[in-house]
Amino acid sequence: MRFILAFVLLVLPVLSSAQSEEIVLGLSRDEVAITATFDGTDVLIFGAIKRDAPAPDTGPLQVIITLAGPSAPITVRRKERILGIWANTDAVEVDQAPSFYAVATSAPLAESLSATEDLRRAISIPQVIRSVDAPASIENAESFTDALIRIRAGSGLYQVLDGGVDIEEETLFRGQITLPAALTEGDYKARIFITRDGIVVDEYETTIAVFKAGLERFLFELSRNQPLLYGLMSLAIAIAAGWLASAAFRLFLR
Amino acid sequence: MQIYLPIAEVSVNAFLLLGLGGIVGILSGMFGVGGGFLMTPLLFFIGIPPAVAVATEANQIVASSFSGVLAHLRRKTVDLKMGTVLLIGGLVGAALGVVLFNYLKSLGQVDLLVKLCYVIFLGVVGGLMFIESLRALRRSKTPGAVPQRRKHGLVHSLPFKMKFRVSGLYISVIPPLLVGLCVGILAAIMGVGGGFIMVPAMIYLLGMPTKVVIGTSLFQIIFVTAFTTLLHATTNYTVDIVLAVLLLVGGVIGAQIGTRIGVKMKAEQLRILLAAMVLLVCGKLALDLLLTPSELYSLGAAGGH
Repeated sequence: MRFILAFVLLVLPVLSSAQSEEIVLGLSRDEVAITATFDGTDVLIFGAIKRDAPAPDTGPLQVIITLAGPSAPITVRRKERILGIWANTDAVEVDQAPSFYAVATSAPLAESLSATEDLRRAISIPQVIRSVDAPASIENAESFTDALIRIRAGSGLYQVLDGGVDIEEETLFRGQITLPAALTEGDYKARIFITRDGIVVDEYETTIAVFKAGLERFLFELSRNQPLLYGLMSLAIAIAAGWLASAAFRLFLR
Repeated sequence: MQIYLPIAEVSVNAFLLLGLGGIVGILSGMFGVGGGFLMTPLLFFIGIPPAVAVATEANQIVASSFSGVLAHLRRKTVDLKMGTVLLIGGLVGAALGVVLFNYLKSLGQVDLLVKLCYVIFLGVVGGLMFIESLRALRRSKTPGAVPQRRKHGLVHSLPFKMKFRVSGLYISVIPPLLVGLCVGILAAIMGVGGGFIMVPAMIYLLGMPTKVVIGTSLFQIIFVTAFTTLLHATTNYTVDIVLAVLLLVGGVIGAQIGTRIGVKMKAEQLRILLAAMVLLVCGKLALDLLLTPSELYSLGAAGGH
């Protein structure tokens, strides 16, 4: 996997004086183009902590990096055995679930973040998935969100990377997040938090644009904007291929 | 080499798809079936969403049946009149099938229905073909036996009679319309051309001569699957052209190899092999429905779209 080091050093606005530590960030790339041969890519997120005064000695500095894909409502269905056959029965609609979510931390998440801060800033995966609007008839609605997380984690779409961020001298940090091949397009929001004693000291946010490019873009747009033309084009290709095959057959038989 | 499919939104190995297309192409060349009923479950296995697999497969069948019909037209073994009647039924059936498909999709039952259809039809067709070819093998060992011809009084007693010169038939148009309708519905739901149902139906229900059946079946399948492709493309946006092209290329090459192998084999041996293969796919799908799945939950787009 290759890095396109489009180094983007972002100039930070002057923050309030109450903050003694600030994040200065770099990204290995600020856009990901899904082309025909796309099979996943790495995003390197790195930066430094800027201080006006010596580092406070309250607790060790921890860094948390999250990367979230576009959110969409999703239906989670549960199978049950009906007349000996496994069929979908109950369904729960999850209001918002990101198509991709990764949390990389310098120490296990529970150690670097307090529960209150997690609740307020929605950092861990269960907090990111927004409220479930389950029908009253369904018991145990949490099992549906658990299943959502389990299935997406299984296909590499939800990642928890404990120890995925390296910190040097409490100043420099770097983390790497691997985007899988099956990616949906949209703006991916990257958030970086620095914490001490589980309390967020500074927060930084940036976006990585993920989009289909080239032929993929053209075909996708065509199928949505000109579905009839797209369908006719598919048929034309099929007919042409069928004719070519028949012609080749005749050449072979001769 | 990984290829990202723009509509299916999954990344798949291009050589795997070319290979799959090639293998199914070989089989379809050997056995004279469209191969859709094998390809669609194979696409499920490699992770293509069922809705995309079904719609794209319809597009691929257009190519293979068009190629086949060209060969049959040269041999004058296509009953265009009968084909047109079957087609009218087929188009109505395909439209009904897509409506049914979308309704079931909104209920979240589309996977189940497609799988059930497969299990039932693969089981029935595979089983019948297996028994029939076993009998044929036995018969070939006892020379002199003549296959019996059945008579169907019902077909001849219905109104709206019509002459089908190429088939040498004078029958009511109602049975061919109904056969077309049923196959059209199945084609839309299962993403198959329906050849493996259409061919026995034309021989046993309509009493058409076997040599005309395959070409005529292919002729109407082109239009039914083309119509299905267009409906899926405009209502569900689920035709993946990149996937279709990859399957086509493999299928076309495979079919050439398959035809050459097929010529060297005995018809009964071929049919037994095909029946065994059909039953194998059927068994695998049936086990999936009957055994406790490892993951009870599944994800789908919200709002039933």
